[in-house]
Amino acid sequence: MLNSLLRAIEKLGLSKNEIVMVSGIGCSSRISGYVDFHTLHTIHGRALAFATGVKLSRPELNLIVPMGDGDALAIGGNHFIHAARRNIDITAIVMNNRIYGMTGGQYSPLSGYGTLATTAPYTNIDQDFDVVELSIASGASFVARTTTYHVQQMADIIRKAILHKGFSVVEILSQCPTYFGRKNKAGNAVDMLESYKTNTTSIGSKAKKENPELIERGIFAQKEIPEYCNEYNKIIKKAMKGHS
Amino acid sequence: MKKNIKFVQGNEACVEAALYAGLDFFAGYPITPSTEIAEHLAYRLPRVGGKFIQMEDEIASMCAIIGASLTGNKVMTATSGPGFSLMQEALGYAIMTEIPCVIVNVQRGGPSTGLPTHMSQGDVNQVRWGTHGDHAIIALSASNHQDVFAMTVDAFNLAETYRTPVVLLFDEVIGHMRERLFMPEKGEIPLVKRLRTSVKEGVDYHPYLPREDGRLPMSDFGGVHRYNVTGLFHDMWGFPSDNQKVVHELLRHLVDKINNNVDQITKFKEFYLESAETILISYGSSARSSLHVVENLRSRGEQIGLLELQTLWPFPSHIIKEKCAKAKYVIVVEMNMGQIHQSVRGAVDRPERVFLANRIDGVFITPMDIRNVMRLIQGKGV
Repeated sequence: MLNSLLRAIEKLGLSKNEIVMVSGIGCSSRISGYVDFHTLHTIHGRALAFATGVKLSRPELNLIVPMGDGDALAIGGNHFIHAARRNIDITAIVMNNRIYGMTGGQYSPLSGYGTLATTAPYTNIDQDFDVVELSIASGASFVARTTTYHVQQMADIIRKAILHKGFSVVEILSQCPTYFGRKNKAGNAVDMLESYKTNTTSIGSKAKKENPELIERGIFAQKEIPEYCNEYNKIIKKAMKGHS
Repeated sequence: MKKNIKFVQGNEACVEAALYAGLDFFAGYPITPSTEIAEHLAYRLPRVGGKFIQMEDEIASMCAIIGASLTGNKVMTATSGPGFSLMQEALGYAIMTEIPCVIVNVQRGGPSTGLPTHMSQGDVNQVRWGTHGDHAIIALSASNHQDVFAMTVDAFNLAETYRTPVVLLFDEVIGHMRERLFMPEKGEIPLVKRLRTSVKEGVDYHPYLPREDGRLPMSDFGGVHRYNVTGLFHDMWGFPSDNQKVVHELLRHLVDKINNNVDQITKFKEFYLESAETILISYGSSARSSLHVVENLRSRGEQIGLLELQTLWPFPSHIIKEKCAKAKYVIVVEMNMGQIHQSVRGAVDRPERVFLANRIDGVFITPMDIRNVMRLIQGKGV
């Protein structure tokens, strides 16, 4: 994931000083400590709220917010839908491993019905979110899904997401063999990666029609709608005009 | 001169002062009785090129102002009890990461939803200990609109000086009451600019390496220096560390930078304290009723004075001890169950002489309420 992100940024030709990475808390959120950008490691679930403050105060910066599934959609769910609704120019990356890894394997809002976790020892009765549907319904203007197996597609999608002027969501199905894999007998890391290859397909593919169980990959939404910081600059112009 | 006089709510006085202090960015969420602050800033901030955003809750508001402060802006949020409760974790983050910001809490009755449109001073101890872990905090209070103005500017100045969140506490009475406000001229009240690093681009900048005087120059986040900011214990580079020495020194630094500067931070007002046998101690709106009592009784020859606290935290214990040394009675007047009363008892030599005159029913404490307590203490009956 980090590799694809760095490839995407390199391809975009962005300088390190133009990039701000804001993360919350969780395995995925430690990623901000591994990169040489402006990095803000915040509190659990609130990365998008911090990022909103950074972006609105400095709209020229590129904001990338890597999150885990629990960070983004349980504790951070409210901030997620509202950042999407505002269509503020932030790239949100949801690394979906369907589990709380840092705390040792509890179910998340993306684990899904019937899975096992340390807090669902009998079986999980929580239904899961569909990140793509949720993002589109919340107003995100760029929504995509890929997996850690499809590294080329991942780099390409992240590049497009960063380029997109508006709120972008990239869901990346990611393996956690240690907790999700072990609990759910999904095999080791290689097995799980292999499953992303066999259980996913491109959007609208023939394979999907034949097997509706397959998870689609690709860009689901990409639309031009007013971006929040741009709109606020218009408010400033309007207010200043009224003032003079 | 005339144009410099306004007749405004306390909440508006706070807005005027924030703009005077150079506020660039406000994030907030509607809540009674602080909402007017957000409303006025939504209108006023973009007129001066500043930014206003209504966030999805108070947690997000607090996080957004921290992000905006880090990029080099003067920032503020405003709320009341329930919203202030929600802000506590992010407030601790601002303390840990040493990011200047101002939080206004226009207090209402609590706990829980409590009394949204009535007054209370019940958040005093929450300000001190609301966020988890050891820490120090600066909290100010004001009893009239002129002081709301002065203390708001002071809050911004202290936030920059000590790289810390500063909480400004007033209450529903002050927030909603209309009163005269003299607008200071530009330059009349000194403003503290952010201390920025002199380290040039391309040279290593250590965001958490204090200078000899203990202050840490900042570099606008997203600018020429790249660094890490984290709520974990961190080294001078801003990277996480659990090294015992690093942890110990950082926590000491966070507490000492405030507690070792109590004298520089503390502001208070005193009225007729000399030769006072009875001293009232109060703050915020209840100081108004206290002053009324003091002036009334002084005119009848009673030896009574008032110490009005404008800095609540760090608690100015030594000032209280010194001022109350010769008093027969010390009466703390507040609208809670004795939150500052406890601290005053801890500060004076003879705590058995410290009494409480309070109201906790959502009604403003009157001079008569205070007089009744005094009569009880003096054995005169009510």
